[in-house]
Amino acid sequence: MTERLRSWIHANLFSSRLNGFLTLVMLALLALTLPPLLRWAFLDAVYAGADRSVCGAGACWAFIDARFDQFFYGRYAPSERWRINLAALVLALFAAGAMWPRNPRRTECVILLVTLCPLIAGVLLVGGVFGLKLVPTDQWGGLTLNVVLTYATTAIALPLGVLLALGRRSRLPVVRWLSIGFIEIWRGVPLLTVLFMATVMLPMFLPDGLTLDRLVRAILGLSLFVAAYMAEVVRAGLQGISKGQYEAAAGLGLGYWRAHRLIILPQAFRLIVPGIVNTVIDLFKDTTLVSIIGLFDILGIVGQSTKDPAWLGLGREGYVFAAFVFFVCCFSLSLYSQSLERKIARSGGH
Amino acid sequence: MKDSSTGLWPMKNAHALLWQGVLLLATGLLALWFGGNAAEHLARRGMSLDFGFLGQTAGFDIPFHILPFASTDTYLKALGIAFLNTVLVAVLGILAASALGLTLGIMRLSANWLVRNTAGVIVEVVRNTPQLLQIVFWYVGVLQVLPQARQSLSLADTVFLNIRGLFVPAPLASPATLPLLAALVLALVAVPLIRHRLPDARGRTRWLWLVPPALLAALIATLDGWSVPKLQGFNFSGGITLPPELVALWAGLTLYTAAFIAEIVRASIAGVGKGQTEAARSLGLKPWLTLRLVVLPQALRVMIPQVTSQYLNLIKSSSLGAAIAYPEIVQIFAGTVLNQSGRAIEVMVIVMLVFLAVNLAASAALERVNAATALKER
Repeated sequence: MTERLRSWIHANLFSSRLNGFLTLVMLALLALTLPPLLRWAFLDAVYAGADRSVCGAGACWAFIDARFDQFFYGRYAPSERWRINLAALVLALFAAGAMWPRNPRRTECVILLVTLCPLIAGVLLVGGVFGLKLVPTDQWGGLTLNVVLTYATTAIALPLGVLLALGRRSRLPVVRWLSIGFIEIWRGVPLLTVLFMATVMLPMFLPDGLTLDRLVRAILGLSLFVAAYMAEVVRAGLQGISKGQYEAAAGLGLGYWRAHRLIILPQAFRLIVPGIVNTVIDLFKDTTLVSIIGLFDILGIVGQSTKDPAWLGLGREGYVFAAFVFFVCCFSLSLYSQSLERKIARSGGH
Repeated sequence: MKDSSTGLWPMKNAHALLWQGVLLLATGLLALWFGGNAAEHLARRGMSLDFGFLGQTAGFDIPFHILPFASTDTYLKALGIAFLNTVLVAVLGILAASALGLTLGIMRLSANWLVRNTAGVIVEVVRNTPQLLQIVFWYVGVLQVLPQARQSLSLADTVFLNIRGLFVPAPLASPATLPLLAALVLALVAVPLIRHRLPDARGRTRWLWLVPPALLAALIATLDGWSVPKLQGFNFSGGITLPPELVALWAGLTLYTAAFIAEIVRASIAGVGKGQTEAARSLGLKPWLTLRLVVLPQALRVMIPQVTSQYLNLIKSSSLGAAIAYPEIVQIFAGTVLNQSGRAIEVMVIVMLVFLAVNLAASAALERVNAATALKER
């Protein structure tokens, strides 16, 4: 065993003079940074307490402990929070069904995930029917809001993106140029300006009677923006389909829409699922931008909590915790997307 | 691009015209409806669509500006100052992110387990957390808890970091500085051009590459010295002060983009087939020459378009400075100016047009670089 260990160390850490030197430099750097970091995060940390008087030199995780529910549920009434849990459970079940490769009913799961699930989740979260108490969207917040924004935006942006991608490849000049214009304008401006536009400029363009909820406006802005990126992902997939497939579909006598629905898009989608998952990961991270336009997503709630006199100035702990939550979600999703990519590469792309 | 495969479904000209006409009509009607609503809203407030407010006095101060600005200046000047701040952080970010990204990418390819995995952990943590969260963390969690000026962290007593920002030495211009700077810029443009125009004289014109470094050395040597920041009372004087907002935004943009660049560098170098390296080695090329003549030219071809889009992302992400009150274009215009003037449509149109223009200009410039390195097939 020690022999194997020694040969591993030799091959991986001290294979040459330069490598040995690099190993020593890295060890020195890690020795300088890791111990204070670990001492702050674990050894000197305080895990429980009622307010900031318990905090010491290390991290004050008591703050996270005290605000845990708010970080996840926002200002959603505590007695109604089971509804969020139930909606998340439904969502997680169908998402797992859609992602599990050996599920015989996978297609059905995907379809239900974008049709029935949003409906169930919407009824549960909004309420006002079936004896559920109405919860206005200004009480929604925390990580729930990030998930709601991501989910609703994906459900709108993905179909829109498919249409835009087809439009960009269309033979009709008007369709093509409108699609290109739409895609390139949204891809050319920062998301933050799109969100500002949706909150301050959009109400000016709507008639008086029609006032859209703040959350709905944010979802609209996010959807237009993400649709442009989805369109480029879908376009890449369409370009990966060989010409023979198109010719075969046309040869079978299928029309444009039927050929795309039955032959082209199913194959293209197999290629672009990793791309879509990556776009969704980016979207999930970008939903934090709504905290700038006054919605209380997890980042907004953390910012607000650090201004609470009882927990004043605990920004580091709050942001580190939020980063940890995002990391767990995004990293696992990106591992999933990478495994899909490898699978596609193994099967030769088609 | 038009695709030949869609030509498989020929459409009668009349049908094609009809569909396009319907689409145009629908788009036009939607635009008219939006326009009508907006006109009604504006009329009720006694306003009209008018960019004339840009000539009015701004009446607010911009805390950080490169060129002089006072609250008596116009909105138009404020736009220029805010734009310069956006450009400043974008340029600083692109330079630092390229250097850091290249370093991390090469570290990830290292044969050394420790080096490879340390870089891997940094890249994955940064890539999988929101950029805004990182920027806010740098600001709230790092820069705002730095010590006061008297207990500054310092590097060799010339660079100081404290709660008021980063203090770095500033070069002092002498009479020779401006001409030498102009010559340097000229040389950087002219040398590649000359070498490009005279492909047969490549060997004899190689010495031309010595001109820019020589000019740079002369530039530094003839400087009228450096102004080093010095503690006076409770603050520093002399040198250049980068406010904490700029430093936090710079750090956030740099690290996030560098993580993505590192991944691009790693993937494109690893993507050059192993056979290429083996063939080069069996031709007797040394490892350094193999890298320079065989691996890098092929990797660069894959790398450049992707890195380009990261640069464009960085420019757009500089708008996140609005979250920590860095006075860039979104913070000043979509924030302060919009609140003061109430001109939502005009302000948002200006801000979005500025970003669109910057993006188009940057992508056109980078496209030239891409074309120069792209595969030239005969």
